[in-house]
Amino acid sequence: MKPSTFVHHAPGSVDEALAVLAEFGHDAKVLAGGQSLIPILNMRLAAPGHLVDINRIDGLDTIEVTADAVHIGALVRHAQLERHVGAFTHLPLLRQALLNVAHPVIRNRGTTVGSIAHADPSGEMPAVLALTSGYVDVASSRGTRTVAAGDFFLGPLESALAEDEMATGASFGRFPAGTGTAFAESTRRHGDYALAGVATAVTVTDGLITSARASFVSVTPMPDVLDLSDVLAGSAPEDGDWAKAAELAREHVDPDTDIHASAAYRRMLVGVLTARVLAEAASSATVSDATNANATRA
Amino acid sequence: MFGAPVQRREDPRLVTGNGRYLDDLGQDALAAAFVRSPYAHARILDIDVTDAIEIPGVIAIYTYEDLDAKTAERLPLLIPHPDLTNPMTGYCLAREVVKHVGEAVVMVVATDRYVAEDACERVKVDYEQLPVVVGLEKSRAAEVLVHAEAPGNVAAHMVQEVGDAAAAIATAPHRLSLSLQIERSASMPMEGRGVYARWDGDEQSIRLYSSTQTSTGVRAAVAAKLGMPLAKVECIAPDVGGGFGVKIVHPWPEEVLIPWAARRLDAEVKWVEDRREHFISSAHERAQLQDVEVGFDDAGRVLGLSVKFWHDNGAYTPYGIITPIITSTQLLGPYKPGAYRCEFFSMYTTTVMVTPYRGAGRPQGVFAMERTMDAIADYLGLDRTDVRSANFIQVEDMPYDHGLLFQDGRPLIYDSGDFPASLAKLKALVGWDDFAAYRTQAEAQGRRVGLGIGCYVEGTGVGPYEGGHIQIETTGRVNVSTGLTSQGQGHQTVFAQIVADELGVPIDDVFVTTGDTRRFGYAVGTFASRAAVMSGNAIALAARNVREKALRIAGEALEVDPGDLEIVEGIVRVKGDSESSIALATVAVLSNPLRYAFDESAKAATQFVGSGNTDLSKPPVAEGEEPGLEGKDFYSPPRATFANGMHAAIVETDPQTAEITILRYCVVHDCGRMINPMIVEGQVHGGVAQGVGGALYERMVYDDAGQLLNASFMDFLMPYASEVPHIETDHLETPSPLNPLGIKGAGEAGCIPVSAVIAGAIEDAEGFPITSMPISPDELWDLRRQHAEGLIPDLRRGSRSVATTTRTTQTTPIA
Amino acid sequence: MSQTTRTNAEPLVEITLRVNGVMRTAAAPARRLLSDFLRHELRLTGTHVGCEHGVCGACTVLVDGMPMRSCLMFAVTAQDHEITTVEGLAPAVEGTGNGTGTYTMSPVQQAFIECHGLQCGFCTPGFLTTITAYLQENPEPTETEAREAISGNLCRCTGYQNIVKSVLRAAEINRERGASA
Repeated sequence: MKPSTFVHHAPGSVDEALAVLAEFGHDAKVLAGGQSLIPILNMRLAAPGHLVDINRIDGLDTIEVTADAVHIGALVRHAQLERHVGAFTHLPLLRQALLNVAHPVIRNRGTTVGSIAHADPSGEMPAVLALTSGYVDVASSRGTRTVAAGDFFLGPLESALAEDEMATGASFGRFPAGTGTAFAESTRRHGDYALAGVATAVTVTDGLITSARASFVSVTPMPDVLDLSDVLAGSAPEDGDWAKAAELAREHVDPDTDIHASAAYRRMLVGVLTARVLAEAASSATVSDATNANATRA
Repeated sequence: MFGAPVQRREDPRLVTGNGRYLDDLGQDALAAAFVRSPYAHARILDIDVTDAIEIPGVIAIYTYEDLDAKTAERLPLLIPHPDLTNPMTGYCLAREVVKHVGEAVVMVVATDRYVAEDACERVKVDYEQLPVVVGLEKSRAAEVLVHAEAPGNVAAHMVQEVGDAAAAIATAPHRLSLSLQIERSASMPMEGRGVYARWDGDEQSIRLYSSTQTSTGVRAAVAAKLGMPLAKVECIAPDVGGGFGVKIVHPWPEEVLIPWAARRLDAEVKWVEDRREHFISSAHERAQLQDVEVGFDDAGRVLGLSVKFWHDNGAYTPYGIITPIITSTQLLGPYKPGAYRCEFFSMYTTTVMVTPYRGAGRPQGVFAMERTMDAIADYLGLDRTDVRSANFIQVEDMPYDHGLLFQDGRPLIYDSGDFPASLAKLKALVGWDDFAAYRTQAEAQGRRVGLGIGCYVEGTGVGPYEGGHIQIETTGRVNVSTGLTSQGQGHQTVFAQIVADELGVPIDDVFVTTGDTRRFGYAVGTFASRAAVMSGNAIALAARNVREKALRIAGEALEVDPGDLEIVEGIVRVKGDSESSIALATVAVLSNPLRYAFDESAKAATQFVGSGNTDLSKPPVAEGEEPGLEGKDFYSPPRATFANGMHAAIVETDPQTAEITILRYCVVHDCGRMINPMIVEGQVHGGVAQGVGGALYERMVYDDAGQLLNASFMDFLMPYASEVPHIETDHLETPSPLNPLGIKGAGEAGCIPVSAVIAGAIEDAEGFPITSMPISPDELWDLRRQHAEGLIPDLRRGSRSVATTTRTTQTTPIA
Repeated sequence: MSQTTRTNAEPLVEITLRVNGVMRTAAAPARRLLSDFLRHELRLTGTHVGCEHGVCGACTVLVDGMPMRSCLMFAVTAQDHEITTVEGLAPAVEGTGNGTGTYTMSPVQQAFIECHGLQCGFCTPGFLTTITAYLQENPEPTETEAREAISGNLCRCTGYQNIVKSVLRAAEINRERGASA
């Protein structure tokens, strides 16, 4: 399974890359990590005439933690973000989710921004971008813009990137103090695409839940955020009505049936996982986010 | 050395990246790729290669029209059988019709594989789609025929019967019927198929490398197809990255076409399949629908057993009906039913063909039998091991003749085995009697656990024969060759162990070659757990021949009776007098009377030197003798030798998500004397992993249009280490009385009962019958729903609910 | 018949990478996968190809010390990086194949031999590189950790039992060799 021919561009700067996209964007793909793109090329499911290989561009591999967000460049590998102490300290959800992305070896090469731009409904990081009210930095020869998560994902494998545009970075919003997060997904095998996954953030203020939100993996056509605050606000973190929240989550999602699982089964999983991660997030919310040290696998 | 866990001689080479697998060879060869049918059933109306042939680097493009002489005839039917009344094989390139997605239609030869695939994309084939037949139900209904020559889509219909099963069932105190189902999986070795051919125009000969399990088979078939003398075709199996049965099929279309193209183009040509090709154009196995009727008494003894099954053989039957025959015979396992009838239909579908995959029909047969045993036990409220024990063939019954014919065409007679002892070991290993208490504890924690068991018998070491050749060089190096092949079984080690023991030489002096027709031309192949039994014994016999000759020559040189000599560490010496000795290397020199001394050591064999006691009235090479220190022998068994095993597993099912976890997996196996216990255990481990894959993860999914939906590793789920449990093993050795070394095969043992064991364990956890495998969490979840709605009955021993336990069996006191 | 213009032969790119400590250069088309470049342009056939979609792991090599799937990289992207293949894991190799040479083994390679961690050997190079990198980061794994570390590579022969053992034994050999150094 060998890819078709393409013209290989190896720009040394973002501007060069954008110039290539301006000219060839209608028949081009951006190559960053390639862990999603290259299998597609190998199977000849896509045959772009041009590949814009951005791996040579300096300065795109930075991770920056600010008061509000964790910001990453387009060449930040999943593994790099997963290991970043500052990112984990201030937004543990990143590592919690990243541990579920494929296998460690894939994470060594695949990029988080690339994963987001790919907009696969089975992707973990798009769901995290949505839950963290994040945004994507987009550039073209026409200028730059930022696109909020809610506007970035248009459908399965469809993003708001125009043909001549490239994602240069992404930003994940930090949660307010007193927020606990958790992530869980169910797969058939270790490292497989999720049958269903749930990310959740629960904020506890003065001993009571004030906010609870969830986003989903594999069971919605695009990542979105379900606000469960109405159901859970006012409860103590040990006493949330997880069952009710789970029911809302089940009603909210829109899973498909495929060869691995039926829609009904996935819906059931959403309920089970939502209850589980809400409880987990709530219990870790009582510890301040600076000492949130448990990043566990689903 | 025999019986020792010797480290493998193959390993230093392989772990340093010095393996020589098919694609490592022929780096400068032209590359072939194929245009394969995208439709499950279609007529080919037109093939247009004009766009493809223009691509720079394309050398040639061939269709059926280009094939000549025998290459234009159908591929051979390897194993004919009188009950295979409507066999069908394919053509090397499709002729007018295609019968499954993936069938080869056009061959492109180019400078490299990338270019060849570019050309394949540009070939335009016009198809007229025809109605498809997918699945056994559709095939049985026969509204559409796969082949006009096979009415009812039936390739074969076979009945084997001993006694009057119907009468025995009718008159039995109790009766049960079961309907069972197993779905397709496949061998799926990590290395796919590959063929590399060199045409020598000067010699008018072909050297062919193929990632095959039978180089002698491929050689013969290719010579026949290309109309070449056997002496002008050599076939070598290089390092092979796994076979598991799929590579015993031969000749693949590619095995004919690649040397054919090499000859035609006077060039080296190579084809290495990619993973998708392997999924859609090699072979699958396992799909069957089974109906079982059983009559039994109050102790659970089977008085009559009648099995009827439908076997999906895919679009073609080159391997005959071996797999269903094995199902129908090995179904009996370690038991002796009063009367037995087995009827099967081997059915055509417009899908990839079905040929043996590790287990080769045994897993399906064991599934039928073991589900039946569990059902009997549940019906009577008896312990599942007690029911099995009541049906066991006992040690004193051996040899036990079932009155049937096995897959080698010979009587199904078990030679040895101690089933009660195997069962006792297994029960001890898994803690069978302690399980009830364990379950009580688990249920108190809200956990759902179950215990399953499966027993099987495995006919191994089938003939017709294998051979071994030994040659001791004047340096002391011992060359061993046998014609069958290797795909990771450690033959270079285990056969060296045998020779080291038989000859008394250091194992480091022994070098084994397998699968090379230049080195050994008579062989059958590696399959059916036969290599150790067949080649092991042949090599041992050959070694004994060489040893006898060496002792005779050494005796003459030392002027002692050969009976007083022994060989230790490559030195022939008088027993108890190590002063009187001669190196085996020197014996090798002396064995070949020379005119010309090619090195220092060879001088001793020339006519004017020598020991001074040469009988000058006799010729240098006596009548009936041959020069050199060589020995060759063959082993041809009267029938198969039967290994056996029993597995047990404890599984846990998640009360909410129905996810299935194997908590413990226990294996007791008996393969007679073991040459290398480490290698045997490795074989068992690998088999169990494939069995777990087949029970919980692997299934070929065809849609109604005959498209294989999961033709990649992303969607065909083979287990990683995370999915395979820790495997606990114990073993028994009941030596085989049928061969000199007392060994039995072990290659397939691990995978045979796994689906039965896991089904039994899940059923035990859930409280309702499991009749179809593989099973996914989603499927189990749906069965729970059906059970809750009353569509599936409870097991008699009680249903399990998440919150409560209502069980009617007694808990046994903790020992 | 449709018409088509004759395409030019595919342009080649000169690709230079450091492989197993040695600078290697060869020309190949831009679409040449790193796995194929190593195997065919550079004749380092120890890295194997099992699926070309990143799932089986047989093609895993080390890129700047980190394990990556060489079937999911283009050789042209790998330029200016340090690649380590299975051939580069041992300190030095003498002799030739087929058991007639002598080899020096890395701890991971030695462990696989001792523990019967391979049968057909096809998946093995991918495990060896992955485990070599893993043990550098986690020198003392538990059995559970060892099993998890190898759960991204497929093996059809061994059932993984002895590969898990090999990881633990390799860690032990590392300690032994470290102790005697």
